[in-house]
Amino acid sequence: MSMSEFLDMGGYGLYVWSSYGIALLVFGGLFVGVKLQRKRLIKQLRRLYRQQAKINTESQQ
Amino acid sequence: MLIKLLQRELLRHWRCRQDLINPLIFFILTVSLFPLAVTPDGQLLGQIGSGIIWVAALLAAMLSLESMYRDDYHDGTLELLLLQSGSSYTVVMAKIISHWLTTGLPLVIISPLLAVMMQISSEGITALMLTLLIGTPVLSLIGSVGMGLTVGLRQGGVLLSLLVLPLYIPILIFGASAVSAAAMGMDYSGQLAFMGAFLLGSISLVPLASVAAIRVSIR
Amino acid sequence: MNWQWFHRLSSPKWFYQISGSLLPWFWGISLILIVAGLYQGLYNSVIDYQQGSTVRIMYLHVPTAFASMMFYVVMAVAAAIGYIWRIKLAHMAAVSAAPVGAAMTLLALVTGSLWGKPIWNTWWVWDARLTSELILLFLYLGFMSLHQAFEDREVGDRAAGVLAMVGVINVPIIHFSVEWWNTLHQGATISKFEKPSMDPSMLIALLLMIFAVILFCSAVMMYRMRNEVLSREQSKSWVKEVIGQ
Repeated sequence: MSMSEFLDMGGYGLYVWSSYGIALLVFGGLFVGVKLQRKRLIKQLRRLYRQQAKINTESQQ
Repeated sequence: MLIKLLQRELLRHWRCRQDLINPLIFFILTVSLFPLAVTPDGQLLGQIGSGIIWVAALLAAMLSLESMYRDDYHDGTLELLLLQSGSSYTVVMAKIISHWLTTGLPLVIISPLLAVMMQISSEGITALMLTLLIGTPVLSLIGSVGMGLTVGLRQGGVLLSLLVLPLYIPILIFGASAVSAAAMGMDYSGQLAFMGAFLLGSISLVPLASVAAIRVSIR
Repeated sequence: MNWQWFHRLSSPKWFYQISGSLLPWFWGISLILIVAGLYQGLYNSVIDYQQGSTVRIMYLHVPTAFASMMFYVVMAVAAAIGYIWRIKLAHMAAVSAAPVGAAMTLLALVTGSLWGKPIWNTWWVWDARLTSELILLFLYLGFMSLHQAFEDREVGDRAAGVLAMVGVINVPIIHFSVEWWNTLHQGATISKFEKPSMDPSMLIALLLMIFAVILFCSAVMMYRMRNEVLSREQSKSWVKEVIGQ
């Protein structure tokens, strides 16, 4: 099968590749989304812990 | 106990009579809009009429769900009622029954008028009343679960529709198709049987879910 | 009776540690399966006599549809476990399953439309499967919206949990209702998607993709659960250690 035949998919290229393209977006989105969620969470928690530590040291003085 | 609770509920509803009229007016208005929007052609109306009336009934039932738990939730009565031993099942059933009596039943009574507006034949009208009679209690029942879950939320109303409409779909399908079948002169006992089964199933299971839902919200 | 193992199983910390070691395997194997599946599906397998190359969409549509239903059951069961036995980790599982399941449902609907258009010349048809799948999407969205709406996360868990449990009973009912309604209206004949005896090369591709999608989605769900654990257990010292500083 040649490259152009592969892309054409027997005339149905638009449908097949749209499907796979959207799937790629969705799966990629899930992956990225979940990683970003972790990053944001860690940043947030680090900030929170720092603030708590500060309050603790201040209250001890 | 049930009778006492029912009396209380009905009295409560009667005090806010205005709230009861609204869903009814909504029901009538919505149905009336369709001939204006789609076509006054009798034939076509007759075909889609059953569906339209059913959808409107669904929406009207949903709009009126607020009254079920909201006031009692906000002043703490709900919590008290459930805390009492004696069956929480009874409390919930009383509310559901009174909800149906004040919203579902009026819909059933007024439906022949709307059926005539939508050019549904007389067999269809009987079917419509029957299916609404069996179906509207189910709407009240399932709605009580959704209402229980969202009663404490600020944006509860919109969320309620999202939660409850998918669950209403089987009743809608069977109810509307029963009326269409009747209008075409066909037998619709199968649909009625299914709806009856759904009603009985809901009566036994839903109060459990409803109590669970309220308990969650009260937390 | 030694319940220790049961308590360990429901410990968020234990889950975090175990999933940490499992996750790379999940990602790795799913990647391999995806590549193999894509190769097999897009290149190596034969095309259908009637449907031509559009059948290649099946390698996306069937796995995602299957996953959408599987994760709903997972969500409902997890919610039930969390509700009945009050196990927080179970609620975390339910909450993590929802977005993944919803995404799969959306994908199933979209790929289904893209498959339907060239073959049946219509983007949508109201048959039992499509309609039930659409309702499933609404149920997922309802679950997520309801959970979000509560300020107290644990109350939200239980509320959304009730919804999930009620919904899982309803999905088969909806499917049955629509199917019945369709047989009444002879029009929607396209509903019977026959899975003809498949050529082995197609079957291999399909199986590869099914496993790939399930594994990938499980990995995403597990990752989400890890985030949930960190977030909910943030006051615990072990979390502070993990986060560092």
